Amino acid sequence: MGLDGMEVIAIAVVIGLFVVVLKQFGVWEPLSLEDSCEGDLELSMVRHQPEGLDQLQAQTQFTRKELQSLYRGFKNECPSGLVDEETFKSIYSQFFPQGDATTYAHFLFNAFDMDRSGSIRFEDFVIGLSVLLRGSVTEKLRWAFNLYDINKDGYVTKEEMMAIMTSIYDMMGRYTLPSVRDDSPYEHVERFFQKMDRNRDGVVTIDEFIETCQKDENIMASMQLFENVI
Amino acid sequence: MATGVAAWLPFARAAAIGWMPVANCPMPIAPKDSNSKRKDELIVLNVSGHRFQTWRTTLDRFPDTLLGSSEKDFFYNEDIKEYFFDRDPDAFRSILNFYRTGKLHYPRHECISAYDEELTFFGIIPEIIGDCCYEEYKDRKRENLERLQDDQEENKDMKLPNMNCRETMWRAFENPHTSTMALVFYYVTGFFIAISVITNVIETVPCGSTANQKDMPCGERYTVAFFCMDTACVMIFTVEYLLRLFAAPSRYRFMRSVMSIIDVVAILPYYIGLVMSNNEDVSGAFVTLRVFRVFRIFKFSRHSQGLRILGYTLKSCASELGFLLFSLTMAIIIFATVMFYAEKGSSSSKFTSIPASFWYTIVTMTTLGYGDMVPKTIAGKIFGSICSLSGVLVIALPVPVIVSNFSRIYHQNQRADKRRAQKKARLARIRISKSSSANTFLHNKCNGLLNELLELTDTEEDEQKLNKSTSLLESQHHHLLNCLEKTTAHEFVDEQIYEQNSLDTAVQNYHSRSPSLNSNDDGSVGTCCGCRTKRNTPLPNASMPCSDPVPTQQRPLQELSAIHIGSGESQTTSRSKLNLKTNDNVRINCKGGRITTAIISLPSPPALNLDADSLRGPPQRRPPPPPGHPAAPSIQTTASSAVTNIFKVSAL
Repeated sequence: MGLDGMEVIAIAVVIGLFVVVLKQFGVWEPLSLEDSCEGDLELSMVRHQPEGLDQLQAQTQFTRKELQSLYRGFKNECPSGLVDEETFKSIYSQFFPQGDATTYAHFLFNAFDMDRSGSIRFEDFVIGLSVLLRGSVTEKLRWAFNLYDINKDGYVTKEEMMAIMTSIYDMMGRYTLPSVRDDSPYEHVERFFQKMDRNRDGVVTIDEFIETCQKDENIMASMQLFENVI
Repeated sequence: MATGVAAWLPFARAAAIGWMPVANCPMPIAPKDSNSKRKDELIVLNVSGHRFQTWRTTLDRFPDTLLGSSEKDFFYNEDIKEYFFDRDPDAFRSILNFYRTGKLHYPRHECISAYDEELTFFGIIPEIIGDCCYEEYKDRKRENLERLQDDQEENKDMKLPNMNCRETMWRAFENPHTSTMALVFYYVTGFFIAISVITNVIETVPCGSTANQKDMPCGERYTVAFFCMDTACVMIFTVEYLLRLFAAPSRYRFMRSVMSIIDVVAILPYYIGLVMSNNEDVSGAFVTLRVFRVFRIFKFSRHSQGLRILGYTLKSCASELGFLLFSLTMAIIIFATVMFYAEKGSSSSKFTSIPASFWYTIVTMTTLGYGDMVPKTIAGKIFGSICSLSGVLVIALPVPVIVSNFSRIYHQNQRADKRRAQKKARLARIRISKSSSANTFLHNKCNGLLNELLELTDTEEDEQKLNKSTSLLESQHHHLLNCLEKTTAHEFVDEQIYEQNSLDTAVQNYHSRSPSLNSNDDGSVGTCCGCRTKRNTPLPNASMPCSDPVPTQQRPLQELSAIHIGSGESQTTSRSKLNLKTNDNVRINCKGGRITTAIISLPSPPALNLDADSLRGPPQRRPPPPPGHPAAPSIQTTASSAVTNIFKVSAL
């Protein structure tokens, strides 16, 4: 018996509905159910507890009370105990509403995330803060150098500096006086390298950096600026 | 500033060290934090006895609120070293949680206005309620607003004393319960609408055959009778429409309103029929016009609140109805096409074209299933069954939305009705409690003046008896009212005494009119509310709430117009309003009230000069009765209606 075109379609529709009903009963494609279960498990495991208070006290320059206060604030903001990059970027961006702080936040995140785990734990956070607020000038300069050195190879190249500078100028946004020109970052990098790069080899090493900064009064004065933030 | 991330500010500042080596100029000096030595400490917030403790920095996260700013220092109690707030501790929980977590939640068991007040007190704007609770909050707030709007609209119904004929009529039309005339009119129009509709229906019923013809409808058999009935109804409707048009405050807006359009559509066919009754060519159109007569039934919506609710629901569910219509149309077209092509093969199929299949699809999707068109091929049957199954779904989906909308509006209306019914009793009870305070003031005035009289007559025991102990608050309040009296040189009085005085002054000034006055007085009492007769007799202690406040306002007006006191009629109307506010149902503990008339007849001050300030003072305290006055005045009546007296005295 020859099947009409419409009858073929009708039979196809009926088969399709049948499959849908089977899917409802879980008879068809049972594998898909298991996958979804595993996904849920993964998320709930992500949590982090910091090291003990005593160890942190040993590693940083903060007092016990300060550590307690810091941890309370940290845990309040991030109940899971970890800050991932997206959250970090969004928090940091809120302080610079006119511009785009995401790139600089990315560099900052990498500077704090010392073990490159992709998230900042409380230890990273507090160790970084300890250097910035309670460390010696040399330590602070070392930290700043670490920030500029994007690939952490010990040398700051012009490209790395250019990236950092662009991200800093991005935070300013469009509405500035005088306006940020396209080559402002480039000029700024040129001036920086002229000052820092002693042997004119195109890169700045840590020693050159520290040496130059120690000779500059402005920089030394500004390093002490945030002594009593906490 | 992003207050929510204030906790990260120290971190952001520390990270700024990264810019220092790059900068070319010196940095500005950092602001000094004088409180830096104040380490993070626990603060105790005592809210009506419940102690909440939190870190100071938690509260500092939101510096533009009460708790985050120095405003809380106003609430610091030195003795207990706590911040004490005299507020609801339950609502405070969610507010404190806002500081802790950065998210404000709305607790569902909390009353919306109470919660709003708490938020306002603590300086938190409700817009930052988290997404989880924001919709609920907005819904409750909207509900509350609607409720308040209902109450406000009812207050607008209160009759203003200076309404002219047109406004009165409009009010009578819109709100039939305001006067008997309006009620009568309402029922009469309702009756005639019903008559008209029934007539239209019966017109078409076959009335039984006459000798020469077969069954003909009643309308053709008793043409004259039906025509007369129709004419009567249309005349009533026309008169009603014209009256409404005249009375409407904004005629243009009235003419555009739905109800007036219905009115016009209901009565136009008749007039058009009159004009072209004998023209055979347009009789077909004339018959069509008769269909519009059925629109008279919509006039019932003025009489039925349920109909109005239904109409309002349909209007407010317009989007859901539109969606229903759209999805149905889509499904009909799809299935009609499919059925047409499926049934194309079979012989003698009724599915001659796609539009012809529309009928089948509609009948099937609404599960009517007349059976005049049925598919015969297998494919057609398969698709036909899918069509009927999907029809049920498509129709069932938007219907609950419409139903819930209707239910919400209906319940709201019921609540409004209940509130309106309870409102009168509520207001009466509130008025009693308010009037008792005004009562005490006048009472104390009586007693105070009585005390002064008694001082002169040296009866100390009575004086002490009358010196009931009033609370400090009361005595201060009374002192305030006294000051106001002295400032304006007017006095608060009981309404009844005031009216009696106004009558009596008329008696004094218009002797010839006294008999007519009495009859007028009785006449005015006899009409309208039965409350008036009661109000005439002064009851010593009871304050009787007359449930309908309208007559009390009207009464002084009516009497004034009857008595024709020329001077200061407007003054007295405003005065009567003041009376209504302060002592609506007051019966002070003083008897009689005829003393004041004597004052006018004797312009010179009496023997007792207790108060030396003005001519107005002494007349208030006249113990000895003047000669020639019919009623025996009693001493206690010192609360005189000084208003009319005052301006009368000055006129003298």
